[in-house]
Amino acid sequence: MSTADWKNYEPVLIPNIKDLHKIDVYIKNGGYEGLKSVLTDKQKWENPKSVIEEVKAANIRGRGGAGFNAGLKWSFMPPADGGPRYLACNGDESEPGTFKDRKIFEYNPHAFIEGALIAAYAMEITTIYVYIRGEYKAYIRMMEKALEDAYEKGFIGKNILGSNYSVDFYVTGGAGAYICGEETSMLESLEGKRGYPRVKPPFPAQKGLWGRPTTINNIETLAHVTSVINRGADWFKSVGAENHPGPILYGISGHVNRPGVYELPSGVPVLDLIHDMAGGIRNGKKLKAVIPGGSSTPVVRADQLDGISMDSDSLRTVGTMLGTAGLVVMDEDTDMVDMLWRITHFYHHESCGQCTPCREGTGWLEKIMLKIKNGDGEIKDLDLLLDITTQMEGRTICALADAAAWPVRHTITRFRDEFEARCKKSVHAVA
Amino acid sequence: MAYEFTKEDLEEIEKIKAKFPEVMPATLPVLWVAQNRFGHVNPDVQRLVAETLDLPEAHVHGVAEFYTQYYKEEKGKFVLDVCTCLSCQLCGGYDILEHLEDKLGIKKGETTDDGMFSLNEVECLGACGYAPMLQITNDTYVNHLTKEKADQLVDSLRKGEVPEYEQIDMPLRNAK
Repeated sequence: MSTADWKNYEPVLIPNIKDLHKIDVYIKNGGYEGLKSVLTDKQKWENPKSVIEEVKAANIRGRGGAGFNAGLKWSFMPPADGGPRYLACNGDESEPGTFKDRKIFEYNPHAFIEGALIAAYAMEITTIYVYIRGEYKAYIRMMEKALEDAYEKGFIGKNILGSNYSVDFYVTGGAGAYICGEETSMLESLEGKRGYPRVKPPFPAQKGLWGRPTTINNIETLAHVTSVINRGADWFKSVGAENHPGPILYGISGHVNRPGVYELPSGVPVLDLIHDMAGGIRNGKKLKAVIPGGSSTPVVRADQLDGISMDSDSLRTVGTMLGTAGLVVMDEDTDMVDMLWRITHFYHHESCGQCTPCREGTGWLEKIMLKIKNGDGEIKDLDLLLDITTQMEGRTICALADAAAWPVRHTITRFRDEFEARCKKSVHAVA
Repeated sequence: MAYEFTKEDLEEIEKIKAKFPEVMPATLPVLWVAQNRFGHVNPDVQRLVAETLDLPEAHVHGVAEFYTQYYKEEKGKFVLDVCTCLSCQLCGGYDILEHLEDKLGIKKGETTDDGMFSLNEVECLGACGYAPMLQITNDTYVNHLTKEKADQLVDSLRKGEVPEYEQIDMPLRNAK
C-alpha cells in the first residue's frame, strides 16, 4: 500500500474487532499463530536466527522515538552462553504528546505479548520484563491479567506449546520519572534504583540487566513483530513510506476537533492527518505550528508543512523528526513563549541531575524563559538561551539534555518575532 | 505510629521478590505496597521497607526521593494530580488547576483542612489526546475536564464515590 492510499488502510495493530483484549477473542482471530509458527514450523523457521533475519528485513524502525531497525538491534545480542538473558519492554511512555502504547495495552495486549515472546525466542532470551510507567495503574492491571491468561493457555512458562523453549514474563511498574523512558535508565529502575542513565558503551546487549545481555524494545515495536511474522517482511515494507515502513500509531493532541490515537501507514501527509483524520483545527481557527513527534522534536511552522509527510526522510527536510509520532497541533492563538516556557519547565523538572550540563542547563533555560514570559526579558536573553543550548547538546550521558535544548533552539529560531516582541520593554504600559 | 506490614502484604512482597534474581529490584514495587497500605512512605515507612527487604535504609530513601509518585509525607484522602504539561497546557490544564484551587480553597501542593483533598500540578501523564485531565491518587484518570466536570468530581469524591476507569474509544473506530 502506497502512502497515497492511506485512506483505504485497514488497521492491523488495533483492528476493528470487539473485545480483542480477551485472549479467547484474540486466539479466535488468529492470535498466537505466529508464535506457534516460529516454535514448531522448522521448514519456515529453521532456527531463531531466521526469525531475526525476517524482522531485520522488515525494517521495523523502533517506535519509541529513536527509529533504529529492530531486527538489527536484536542481532547485536552475543551468542547464548547458558546464562540468563533479558528482554525489557519499554512501556514508560512519558514524552509529552505521546500516548499510543496505552492503546495497545487496552485494545490488543496479546499482540504485544506475542511479539515479545517471538522476540525472546529469536534472541534465545529466557526472561521478559515489561516496564510500565507508574501512572498507568489501569494498564499495569490489564497487562497482569493478559499475562496470567497467556500463562494459563501455555504460551508462557515451561516448554511452551510443547517446544523445548521456556520463558518467564513479568510486569513491573515505575513510580513517576520521565527519565525512566531512556533505555539504560529504565534498566536501573528495573534493578530497583534511581533512574540514572548508564554510560554507553557497554551497550545493554553486552551488559544490561544485572550485567547480562539485554535487549530493550518499545511496546508498539514488539506488537509490529507479530504482524511481520504473520504477514511477512515484504508486506510490512509495502506499507507506508519507503525508509520508515509499516503502520504507525499516531497520537494527535492539541487544538484539533478529534484528538486521539490513529493507526495508519507511515508517511501520511501532516496536513491530511490534521484536517482529514483529526477533523481540522477546533473553533474554526487556523493552524500555527506542529510538534511532530513528542515535545523534544523541533517545532514546525504551518507554512513549512506543504508536502511534508510523517516519516523521517520528509520531516528531516524541515529540520525535525518523527520521534514517537505524537503530533501536537497548535492553533493561531497559541503563545509560543508560554508554550516554550512550559516545555523548559518539564525538562528541568525531569532532569535526573546526574550530568552537570543538563542539571544546570535545564534550570537556566527554564529560569530565563520564565523571565521572558513574565515580560522582563531582554533581546540578549534570546541569544543567551541559544548559547546555553549549544553547551548542553551532546555533552551528557543520555539525550535528555538534547531533548531539552532542541525545542528552545528551534522555537526561538522559527518564531523569533514573537520572542523579540515579548522582550521589548515597550510592550509594558507606561506607569 | 508504628508501621507494620500485614500478613497479606508480606505474601505479596514474597511474590514480588520471586520475579527477580536478587532482592534490590523489589525496592520500587515494595514501596508501592507500603504506600498502598499506609498512604505515604515517610522515613519510618522507608525504614520498614528497608528492614523487610534487608537493604540499606539509605538506598530505599534515595529511591523514594527520586520518584515523584511516592508521597514522602501524609496526603489527603484523595490526591488530585492535575496535568499542565504541553498538550494539557494548550487545552486548559492551568484553568482546571486554578479552578480547583478556588473550589477547594487551597493552593497547589496543599491539603484541605478536613484532610479530604491534596492538589498537585504534575508533569505529562500520557493522556495528551484527552486533555485537560487529572489523576486521582496515583490511579484513576479523569479525562476531557471542564470546570463543571471538575466540580462534579469533587462533589462525588466528597461522598466517597471514585469514578471508574474510563475507556476512550479511538476516533472513527467502529469495532465489530
